[in-house]
Amino acid sequence: MDSLLNLDRPPVFCPGCSHTRVTRALDNALSLLKRKGHQVAIVSDIGCSGLFDTFFHTHALHGLHGRALTYAAGIKLARPDLTVIVTMGDGGLGIGGAHLLAACRRNLDITLLVLNNFNFGMTGGQYSVTTPTDALVGSGFLNRLEHPMDVGRVAVAAGAGYVSRCSSYRKDLAAELAAAIRHEGFALLDMWGVCTGRYTRRNRMGPKQIDEALGALEPLKGPVAANQRPEYGRHYRQAAQGLTDPAPLAVPLRFAALTRTRQEILILGSAGQRINTAGELLCLAGMTGGLQATQKNEYNITVLRGPSLSEIVLCPTAVGYTGITKPTVVLALSDEGVQRRRAVLRHLDETALIIRAADVDLPPNAARTTTIDFKALQIKGPDRALAALTVLAAKKTVVDGDMLTTAIELRFKKDVRQKALALVARVCSGLQ
Amino acid sequence: MVASLLEGNEAIAWGAVDAGCRFFAGYPITPATTILNTMLKLLPPRGGICLQGEDEIASMGYCLGASMAGLKTMTATSGPGISLYSEQTGFAVGSEIPIVIVDVQRLGPSTGSATKGADGDIQFLQWGTSGGLPVIVLAPVDVKDCYLLTRHAFNLAERYRCPVFIASNKEIGMTRESVNLAALKPPEVMARLQPSPGSTPFLPFDTSHGRKVPCFLPVGDTTLVRQTSSTHGPDGYITTDPDQIARNQKRLLHKLNDAVNRFTFYRRLQPAGASTLVITYGVTSRAARAVYERCRQQGAPIGLLVLKTLWPVPEKLICDTAAPYRRLVVVEMNQGLYRREIERLLPAHPVDFLGQMDGRLITPEQIEEVVRHG
Ligand code: SF4
Repeated sequence: MDSLLNLDRPPVFCPGCSHTRVTRALDNALSLLKRKGHQVAIVSDIGCSGLFDTFFHTHALHGLHGRALTYAAGIKLARPDLTVIVTMGDGGLGIGGAHLLAACRRNLDITLLVLNNFNFGMTGGQYSVTTPTDALVGSGFLNRLEHPMDVGRVAVAAGAGYVSRCSSYRKDLAAELAAAIRHEGFALLDMWGVCTGRYTRRNRMGPKQIDEALGALEPLKGPVAANQRPEYGRHYRQAAQGLTDPAPLAVPLRFAALTRTRQEILILGSAGQRINTAGELLCLAGMTGGLQATQKNEYNITVLRGPSLSEIVLCPTAVGYTGITKPTVVLALSDEGVQRRRAVLRHLDETALIIRAADVDLPPNAARTTTIDFKALQIKGPDRALAALTVLAAKKTVVDGDMLTTAIELRFKKDVRQKALALVARVCSGLQ
Repeated sequence: MVASLLEGNEAIAWGAVDAGCRFFAGYPITPATTILNTMLKLLPPRGGICLQGEDEIASMGYCLGASMAGLKTMTATSGPGISLYSEQTGFAVGSEIPIVIVDVQRLGPSTGSATKGADGDIQFLQWGTSGGLPVIVLAPVDVKDCYLLTRHAFNLAERYRCPVFIASNKEIGMTRESVNLAALKPPEVMARLQPSPGSTPFLPFDTSHGRKVPCFLPVGDTTLVRQTSSTHGPDGYITTDPDQIARNQKRLLHKLNDAVNRFTFYRRLQPAGASTLVITYGVTSRAARAVYERCRQQGAPIGLLVLKTLWPVPEKLICDTAAPYRRLVVVEMNQGLYRREIERLLPAHPVDFLGQMDGRLITPEQIEEVVRHG
């Protein structure tokens, strides 16, 4: 198989830099695997290892520091047949730490080649996440205060299915690279090398020292038995099979509208009272009568506590402004909800209707008020809002019972529908 | 008529898949999360991919990779995420990677208020990357616009090979609204320009064909493609040639700035006898429209210009529209971010301003007050 090296752009690394060896070994590995240039995408990170993509006649993407794994994932998901290889230094590992962990956990079929030379070559030999504590580097004393990261062990812990740690000077480096590329899933190859431009000026580091240091560590030699699982892309496509997407709920025009003017309905309640759903039902009910609708909700960022408000505008013509300044109807279902709109309630006149829970206090106002004793009717908190809507519909104000029932039938299925319809029937009989 | 009740965010998701979007990645954030949720329902059944990224930077990276591999892509976030997108947005700008980016704005700065709306990002969307090059920003008013402008956004991203922002707002994205999607008239779906067959060799940033936008081939086909975030020549390799660099920078500036009249979206109401023009955009337009109707009914009409293309600034539209008016009123949900563009363009016009940054919608009454009394 022919070499994929770009002869017009030979490696330009410092004399003695181990990246040159890795470049040749990667070419040999791709030859061993019989990959053609267009079957391979090399995604490179920033720094000296970021030059890799230019040396090869393959697809190439060179992006921002630490983000190479993210581009590679996008490419691989879009083009599952491509061999996607990422080259990254120990700098990229540090700044892109979250992406490294995500890649290990996800298990897309990408090969990450870490060209680990224990410092930032290009920017002046500063310390990286793998710099030994006792090394003399371009960051003064700072590296002495931090612990170097063993990327291989991190990758194993994060779930990588293939992790190998080796010297860039290994004779069979090409075979080692080929094995990592061949693994179907995320594979990480931590290749220790030498940066003659910066690191070895003040530190003893060569093939021998690398071998000694590696010898002192528990070896990592490829497949990690505990982390074997389906490749992400394949798994994704499997999981997606047979999924169908629901079309947006179609609301038919069934009834004549009960109103010719803009109606502003304020539902004031608490989290857990299904305020948002009631607002949606009211919109749907109005739409079955040809009204146009908007619904704005307001609640605290906590989920199960605090006030919950819904503002609904129903209008025979397009709803313009979506806010509510002078509601025509208020459903007052909890004190904390009412508290949020006290000022608005105070200004209501007799054209407005308030449907109020008996245990809720209202500020003085001139609106017509209907009170429901939910406790006496044995209606629990989560059913209050729908019960109040039923009372509103029974008064044929804004919507009527047929509209509300149609909305429930559109919105809910099976059990939930039955329960909602039963509640409506119970409230109606209680009203009689 | 059959209508649906959709959030602005859902309408954006539908617009995206109908435009041919087949890749989405995003990180959960209020008030944009329901776009992610909806895309997760819509994409996998269509053979598309929806990812939840480990963070916003990654989400953008996934999209850019997939876009380079030929898919139409979208991501969505709010202020804190848009801030993190910055470096990747710059990549998309400088390296001409099509992507649609939705910013469902919330009250900032920083984490701000997750559930309160604002239009406080609209300068940041344009200037939030290094290098100072233009982007496209479209601003929807309602759920219809969310669908239609998303359809346009994909076409523009493809046609101009650039990021296109949709500057939504919590008050649109999380507001449900009745809409009849089938009755809307979206634009035809467009794809990236491909090189004519046989025009060898393929250079990924070549514009010798005379257009300002290079042709596209995806990473992964038989022709080799190079992409780089570094300063590059037509061949996609790093260049240090100042002339080549300058030519490319100029092209990136002009490819959007010179074309804005082709994608200037707006709504304009100019009744006879009006001497005041209200200029606004986004959800605030709805309150302004109510004021427009009131003033007309009261026999004291005002003009109304609703901008739906914010960047590049549609200068011709704004200047032509404003010319006959004696007074301008700019209304926006921030403290004057777009006012500066209007004042820059129309130094001879007195400009009254109404801005608000407290999480509440600007009301028709507030606008009416400024229209009447300045
Ligand atoms: S600075 Fe170091 S890593 Fe960079 S090319 Fe020189 S030796 Fe290699």
